[in-house]
Amino acid sequence: MTAMENVWLDIGTIDDIPRQGARVVKTPMGCIAVFRTASDDLFALNDRCPHKGGPLSEGIVHGTSVTCPLHNFVISLETGLAQGADKGEVATFPVRCQAGRIQLEASQLARSKDAA
Amino acid sequence: MTQKLVVVGNGMAPGRALERLFEMVPGAFDVTIFNAEPRTNYDRILLSPVLSGEKSYEEIVIHGDAWYRQNGVTLHKGRKVVKIDRASKTVIAEDGTQADYDKLLIATGSVPFVIPVPGNDLAGVLTYRDIDDVNAMLIAAEQGGHAVVIGGGLLGLEAAAGLKARGMEVTVIHLMPTLMERQLDAAAGQLLKRELESRGIKVVTEASTRQIAATDPCLGPPRVAAVELQDGTSIKADIVVMAVGIRPNAVLAKDAGLATGRGILVNDRMRTSDTDIYGVGECVEFEGNVYGLVAPLYEQASILARELAGAPGAGFVDKALATKLKVTGVDLFSAGDFADGDDREEIVLRDAARGVYRRLVLKDDKVIGAVMFGDTSDSGWFFQLIKDSVDIAGMRETLIFGPAYAGGGNADPFAAVAALPDEAEICGCNGVCKGRIVSAITEKGLTSVDEVRTHTKASASCGTCTGLVEQLLTLSLGEAYNPAAVKPMCSCTELGHADVRRLVVAKQLKTIPDLMQELEWKSSGGCAKCRPALNYYLLSTWPGQYVDDNQSRFVNERVHANIQKDGTYSVVPRMWGGVTTPGELRAIADVADKFQIPSVKCTGGQRIDLLGVKKADLPAVWADLNAAGLVSGHAYGKALRTVKTCVGSDWCRFGTQDSTGLGVRLEKFLWGSWTPAKVKLAVSGCPRNCAEATCKDVGVICVESGYEIHFAGAAGLDIKGTVVLCHVKTEDEVIEVTAALIQLYREQGHYLERIYKWLDRVGMESIKAAVVDDPTRRNALFEGFMHSQKFSQSDPWAQRASGSTDSHEFSPIANLTYMEAAQ
Ligand code: SRM
Ligand SMILES: Cc1cc2nc3c(=O)[nH]c(=O)nc-3n(C[C@H](O)[C@H](O)[C@H](O)COP(=O)(O)OP(=O)(O)OC[C@H]3O[C@@H](n4cnc5c(N)ncnc54)[C@H](O)[C@@H]3O)c2cc1C
Ligand code: SF4
Ligand code: FES
Repeated sequence: MTAMENVWLDIGTIDDIPRQGARVVKTPMGCIAVFRTASDDLFALNDRCPHKGGPLSEGIVHGTSVTCPLHNFVISLETGLAQGADKGEVATFPVRCQAGRIQLEASQLARSKDAA
Repeated sequence: MTQKLVVVGNGMAPGRALERLFEMVPGAFDVTIFNAEPRTNYDRILLSPVLSGEKSYEEIVIHGDAWYRQNGVTLHKGRKVVKIDRASKTVIAEDGTQADYDKLLIATGSVPFVIPVPGNDLAGVLTYRDIDDVNAMLIAAEQGGHAVVIGGGLLGLEAAAGLKARGMEVTVIHLMPTLMERQLDAAAGQLLKRELESRGIKVVTEASTRQIAATDPCLGPPRVAAVELQDGTSIKADIVVMAVGIRPNAVLAKDAGLATGRGILVNDRMRTSDTDIYGVGECVEFEGNVYGLVAPLYEQASILARELAGAPGAGFVDKALATKLKVTGVDLFSAGDFADGDDREEIVLRDAARGVYRRLVLKDDKVIGAVMFGDTSDSGWFFQLIKDSVDIAGMRETLIFGPAYAGGGNADPFAAVAALPDEAEICGCNGVCKGRIVSAITEKGLTSVDEVRTHTKASASCGTCTGLVEQLLTLSLGEAYNPAAVKPMCSCTELGHADVRRLVVAKQLKTIPDLMQELEWKSSGGCAKCRPALNYYLLSTWPGQYVDDNQSRFVNERVHANIQKDGTYSVVPRMWGGVTTPGELRAIADVADKFQIPSVKCTGGQRIDLLGVKKADLPAVWADLNAAGLVSGHAYGKALRTVKTCVGSDWCRFGTQDSTGLGVRLEKFLWGSWTPAKVKLAVSGCPRNCAEATCKDVGVICVESGYEIHFAGAAGLDIKGTVVLCHVKTEDEVIEVTAALIQLYREQGHYLERIYKWLDRVGMESIKAAVVDDPTRRNALFEGFMHSQKFSQSDPWAQRASGSTDSHEFSPIANLTYMEAAQ
């Protein structure tokens, strides 16, 4: 497992994701949604809404939040926590941009899988 | 026996008088109206909101053509009366049209005063009196440039604010030391000046115009170039608006030998010196007074109607008047008499931090005048104190703080309104009393000032009584009424949908970031509520210019399919008018097989739904459907959905017209257009109505003589039968009227507001006026729709199936599932 630490996996270029949008990465433990905000910050979250499993990657991105397309939960991209009166949490993952390439950290993916 | 009543002038005063007259004695008079303006009757007070872009002309029409038809009135539009022959009891218009009268009503209003300086007749010098003046200003404003408004009174300042909102550089020049000196004291005038200056309007006081300079004649026909003042200053001007006062229009009466002073002299029953001739409105003079506000004119109108109906009541008396400046965001109110005097006392409240100023003028323990700036919420209460001459000795200490403090310890802000009798008049402009408002609120379940306006007309004109209407709402509804009910679009802004739509046009906002910057959005980047609304407003306002922001659309509209509970999608191809072919059905069946689509279902909209399609399969599903000629049905969009039809004259023994063919034509014409909320149509071949047209957004019922066009139905959360818009003879007319109607809705509707809710908000009269009564306006709307369709009638499925749009939308950008194997 330690072999995987600090291994950053290339998943595509920043231009593959529209601003205020998201794209999906398939992983062994399910889909991860990678979001790009208006100011080009990147976030990666489990693509399942804590409410009824709605695909967060399909929601409208605003500020550093996303609104779930099924019943409008608002989820913080930074913490994965549901905002306002709603309760719930989504797993978040380290993601970075290097020279225009988007990278996900591999160990986290694996550890989440163990936890799941 | 019917009598012939001829009316000269078709302004607000005679309009009200005739309304009352027809209510009291329907059919008693055969009415002919001559109107110098080439149109029906409209609310002149609301010209400023039209100028600023807050309202459209249709919204300020008082009586559309249908009203005149219904009441058997002959209306001569654009015909000015030039002579009254009292001997033969005839009036004669400029073009020779004549009419005999038993009774004559003169209601010629006022003429704007034009200051006698050189250059006052140049092109580009305008007055501010009618919709033609507003249109001239709007045309000028399109070019941008400088506007100089001469006159710092009510009209001048409204013109200035309107032109500023339309993007012109505006300077107001005013003869007196302070603005609106007839309604405001010097302190309030000064505050007003500062407020206007903070909005970028330049104000020059104590300025007297010497002449208006022309452009160089070598550069084409001369027009205004600058306004020169007595002190030598020259102010650049592309247009000049003169708003320096009005004069009663009494020439016609004077020429006919009637007694006139400043205006046409009338008694307290509105009778002139000739017993068969009456006068009403701004053209008359009563006991030395002439009037320039609607409230007293409407009072005159009611008295006149009673007089003509032979049921006279109390006569006209001169009363205190209230004024409000109709500039959005400037709160200013003045009523009664506020001149200084030895027998008067005053109470003043200043709160510089909040920008609030209040002054009450008292005489013998009664309030006789009130001026308010910055916070006018209590103005209705103070105005009532003035009108009723209430003795305020008992509440003098706290009087200035308003009704919340009146009566000492147990402060009840609503005591004053609650105590008013049912007959107490709340809205002077429209003559609406308390009882009518309260019963409308309780019977019709009204919850906002806007709704009260639509249903009773109270506060629909100058707005002075808005505070009182709000208090009545609170009294009737208690906690349930939220006074801040200009409902903001969402928590990112204080602005409501109407404000945003207006400002998009007025400020020429063309992108979401620009809009958020300019309108001071409170969040960075908006939220899931406002972004789709803004995207629609920009798209519908600037067709062909605005680039649709996919990221601001709800997922269904972004991926052109309906998301389902498990994250799969449903696909509904268009089936024009509900008609299909074996080939199309075969293609649908093949697609369902090939992509193992779990469910195939007939929808409630006469077409087929493929449910449970995987997102990644969507482009390929579309490509196959496209190959068979099937395109997107927009079952997912705030857009044209379906046009349901019945079999009609092709097959049905009762069918009167080709309802199927017309439905197909309508759908082919309308598909692709984005609308505030979804739009559904149906066409039935006869009144048996098998296509259920009377619960659709637009429904057509074919009849022997043509087509009845219905609209504003719904059968979802609310069940609403349609109302009839009009009857037309040909299919082409159905298409034109329907497209114009939908275009008007596209321009005025608030996001997610379906047609029936839009109708409730803006009222039938204004919609009919634009879409039915006025062929020019209808055609303009139709053309507007055609223009926007140029950019929206391309199949979104085809664009995506070809991979040219949103390529990564439908498949993962990376697949890391190999990692599992690696471990
Ligand atoms: C598929 C269909 C039901 C069916 O199996 O027959 C359907 C399905 C949905 N309707 Fe409907 N409605 C369908 C006909 C209707 C009808 C009947 C009609 O059109 O004649 C009505 C009542 C008529 C009306 O609109 O006034 C109807 C009134 C609604 C409403 C209530 C709208 C309202 O203003 O009150 C909603 C909710 C909304 O739009 O916000 C709604 C919303 C929905 C949504 C979009 C719910 C959603 O947000 O996911 C459903 C999408 C399912 C999907 O993925 O396709 N659906 N829906 C019908 C598709 C018609 C089509 O061919 O496009
Ligand atoms: C921009 C603006 C803002 C205003 N704001 C307010 C406000 O906030 N509050 C308020 O109370 N009042 C306001 N007013 C004033 C109000 O609109 C008038 O008091 C009211 O419209 C006068 O009604 P009327 O019927 O007497 O005359 P008008 O409405 O002026 O109608 C007279 C009509 O007679 C026609 N006519 C004239 N001569 C002839 C002829 N010889 N033959 C045939 N037709 C003829 C004219 O073309 C005109 O259409 C405002 C006015 C303007 C222009
Ligand atoms: S009625 Fe319409 S919205 Fe409700 S479950 Fe059926 S399809 Fe869905
Ligand atoms: S599944 Fe996300 S809000 Fe319901």
